[in-house]
Amino acid sequence: MNSVDPIEDERSSLVWFLAGARGIFSLPAIILMLSFVGFCSLTVQAGIPPGQVVFMTGIVWALPAKVILVSSILSDASLATAFLAVTLSSVRLMPMVAALVPELRTPKTPTWLLLVLSHFIAITAWVFAMERVQDVPRQHRTTFFAGFGITLVAANMALVGIVYRLVADFPPVVAGCLFFLTPVYFLASIWNSARHPVVYAALAIGLVAGPLCYWIAPEFDILLAGLGGGTIAWAGERLWRSKREKSA
Amino acid sequence: MNWMDGWWAYAFIAIAGWLATDIWRWLGVLAGNRLRDDSEALNWVRAVATALVAAVIAKLILYPTGVLAQSPLWLRLGAVAVGAIAFFLARQKPAVGIATAVAALAVGLWWLGF
Repeated sequence: MNSVDPIEDERSSLVWFLAGARGIFSLPAIILMLSFVGFCSLTVQAGIPPGQVVFMTGIVWALPAKVILVSSILSDASLATAFLAVTLSSVRLMPMVAALVPELRTPKTPTWLLLVLSHFIAITAWVFAMERVQDVPRQHRTTFFAGFGITLVAANMALVGIVYRLVADFPPVVAGCLFFLTPVYFLASIWNSARHPVVYAALAIGLVAGPLCYWIAPEFDILLAGLGGGTIAWAGERLWRSKREKSA
Repeated sequence: MNWMDGWWAYAFIAIAGWLATDIWRWLGVLAGNRLRDDSEALNWVRAVATALVAAVIAKLILYPTGVLAQSPLWLRLGAVAVGAIAFFLARQKPAVGIATAVAALAVGLWWLGF
């Protein structure tokens, strides 16, 4: 039973790759694709050429990072400022990847494979993988995730390339709704995927701190709101936690 | 706005976009099992990262570009509020909240004659 038949093993690898690829028809994937249509209309309004938008979709992949990159480009930010803003927004990827990696790997999984696969991790792929990977036999999990991740990235690159020409001609109500989809999708998915109380606090404070910092220092608003708001949320949640532990 | 052409634009995206995101993915892989999920430092990082994305969300809703720039603020905030109510009534199903918020916005835009 446990002896590995190479032909059989290869065939079942293909089956698991395709099982992952089928995740493109799941609800999170469909919402993400609609958000990408919205993102596409953002880039059209920002005046970024289609080749760069497709390139950006494949190479950056995380949607919040891309939205920040586009706003940096829009505000004529320097390379260093844009790098800093995108880096800070992407710090969240590290714990996400670190949490998923132990679920995906077997003792035999090479590190280079995990480094390559990690590129396909963003909010949607992470939520999808954390949910579904439990039902996949461990030796096929990287294949399953590769199937999902590669399909999702490729589909969205194609989608953005095709839709770019169309979004300019959308009726105003449709264009407005697609733009609106991105912030609303982030709100719902961050709330839904939060595993720690500090995330709720940081979300609430960041929503207020964002406009406040834009009003005070428009060039550094996002960085300021992230560092300041996040630190307040962390300190507040920590204080609340220690008080509760003392009274318990 | 005239965004730069040629290789420099791609280099800009590669450095400020790709490198700035994949560094964290690679560090995430290397941290792997060793990263303590209950450490205070990670908690702070998590809070800063979430607040940062929240600030982006708030800016997109309060200061949108394109069609929505002409829409009234009360409509955008109202649509988010209606979506949030639906989200919690539906036991925190993202699809319900998102669909309700966008539908509320669509009705409002249509009613205002967009």
